[in-house]
Amino acid sequence: MGVQIHIRDKSFRKGQTTVHALQDIHLEIADGEFVTVIGPSGCGKSTLLKIIAGLDADYNGIVEMNGVPIQGPGTNQGFIFQEHRLFPWLTVEENIAANLSLRDREIRKKVDELIDIVRLKGFEKAYPKELSGGMSQRVSIARALLREPKILLLDEPFSALDAFTRKHLQDVLLEVWRNKRITMILVTHDLDEAVYLGSRVVIMKAKPGRISRIIPIHLPFPRQRAHPSFQEMRQNVLKEFETIEAPPLMEGLGI
Amino acid sequence: MDKTTMTARQFLVRKERVGRIFIFKDDRWKKSLKKGATHAILPLLLLVGWQLTGMLGTVSKTVLPTPLDIVQAFYHLAVSGELTTHLKISVFRAAAGFLLGAGLGIVAGIAVGFSTKTEGVLDPTLQMLRTIPHLAVAPLFILWFGFGEASKILLIAKGAFFPIYVNTFLGIRGVDAKLFDVARILHFSQWKKIKLLILPSALPNILLGIRLSLGAAWLALVVAELMGSTEGIGYMMMDARQFSNTDIVFVGIIIFAAVGKLTDSFVRLLEKRLLRWQDTYKGSI
Ligand SMILES: Nc1ncnc2c1ncn2[C@@H]1O[C@H](COP(=O)(O)OP(=O)(O)OP(=O)(O)O)[C@@H](O)[C@H]1O
Ligand SMILES: [Mg+2]
Repeated sequence: MGVQIHIRDKSFRKGQTTVHALQDIHLEIADGEFVTVIGPSGCGKSTLLKIIAGLDADYNGIVEMNGVPIQGPGTNQGFIFQEHRLFPWLTVEENIAANLSLRDREIRKKVDELIDIVRLKGFEKAYPKELSGGMSQRVSIARALLREPKILLLDEPFSALDAFTRKHLQDVLLEVWRNKRITMILVTHDLDEAVYLGSRVVIMKAKPGRISRIIPIHLPFPRQRAHPSFQEMRQNVLKEFETIEAPPLMEGLGI
Repeated sequence: MDKTTMTARQFLVRKERVGRIFIFKDDRWKKSLKKGATHAILPLLLLVGWQLTGMLGTVSKTVLPTPLDIVQAFYHLAVSGELTTHLKISVFRAAAGFLLGAGLGIVAGIAVGFSTKTEGVLDPTLQMLRTIPHLAVAPLFILWFGFGEASKILLIAKGAFFPIYVNTFLGIRGVDAKLFDVARILHFSQWKKIKLLILPSALPNILLGIRLSLGAAWLALVVAELMGSTEGIGYMMMDARQFSNTDIVFVGIIIFAAVGKLTDSFVRLLEKRLLRWQDTYKGSI
């Protein structure tokens, strides 16, 4: 499912001051595309995802899915947060099913399949406290996939994980994307991740949050990080990134 | 590599190894015995000291009967059936008052927890009533409801109501707002939101409230029975005091303590089972 984003302005008001979190964001995402979003902290990436998810309707502009304006969180959108946000009192399989019944044969079967996909066999009955960070994040991925979303929104899903687990989950995500053709919008701080996963990398800048540039990545999957063409792409993104990262940092430091 | 990730098999192997050591040395059994012994040292020493002081005759028996006197009094009361009669009525009053008070407390706590509107209407009044001591309202209750069971049960209910009300309210308001976002994303119905998110999250507080309410019900029972009644453990103690049977007063105290501890242990057991998922500091050594 495609997404058409036209946000003129999204601001937070706190007393006298107004923070312009987003301004003039125009982005059309095609069905089945994998878009990665990268930008400095505070440039409104999470705010953007929340708007697409339907969690925040208080903005100026229009965001549509296949031409239909988004009204509240829908079954079409799945959301994966930076922290796993599992329910501590539910076991792994109960967390995946959540409000759906495990006694339903169909659901049961799908949950078992997903547990297989995210490689959590043997931990169905474990509580979140017994899981590592990577395992917990895999549970939340399975939870989102069970609802068969048309669009998956991911807000720095792997940033709290070590490099090894991150690489594994990136590949899990690519596999899911290729098999189910879900439209993916992934926010990240990690340049490599943005280039490794995205068919387009959206680079944002802060104050106010807006799009700096969009760089298409024409590399076939699976991508090789060590490959020269990958490195070249990475350099392109990095160059753009550096032009925007520097000024606010200097300003902030008072240099 | 991720050190915290353990495959299922590694996990099992480790468990097995640890388990075998346990069985081999029979450590678990010894450990629980040792723990029991640690708990018993201080009370035992106190008891022996107490008995010796009494036997030396330095303290009058009407002031402080010896442990053996108390055991004897307990035996006589038990054999004559007096104890069971009193205990039965006391337990009935405490249970009835607790169920009434705690039941209303949970309902009010949930209602106020869910809606700020209800909170505005109910909470200030309830907080005001909460601070009125039992002894202050007891005469009124007797005036309104007579010396019968009603006034006693209502007094106990008043005692049991507040701890659980306050804790249920706190528990509901303490639910992680981030999990509410998850519930919205996953399209929870109102009922699922309560069942899967709010109640489990508030459960530790609710159970604590139940524990405190049980204690409060027990306290209120004593007040109710000492104020005026013709049966019950409290009455038995009042009666014994008038005839200077101090040993019976002690029997009453011990029974209050024992039943109180018993109900508390029961709730703790419940906590252990229902809160298995909790990942909290359990204390060291
Ligand atoms: N609920 C809120 N109330 C007030 N201001 C907010 C709120 N949420 C976000 N903001 C502001 O909006 C701006 C963008 O925030 P946002 O969380 O979208 O940034 P981000 O790009 O996701 O940053 P990060 O990379 O650190 O996660 C920030 O300046 C932040 O202070
Ligand atoms: Mg963010």
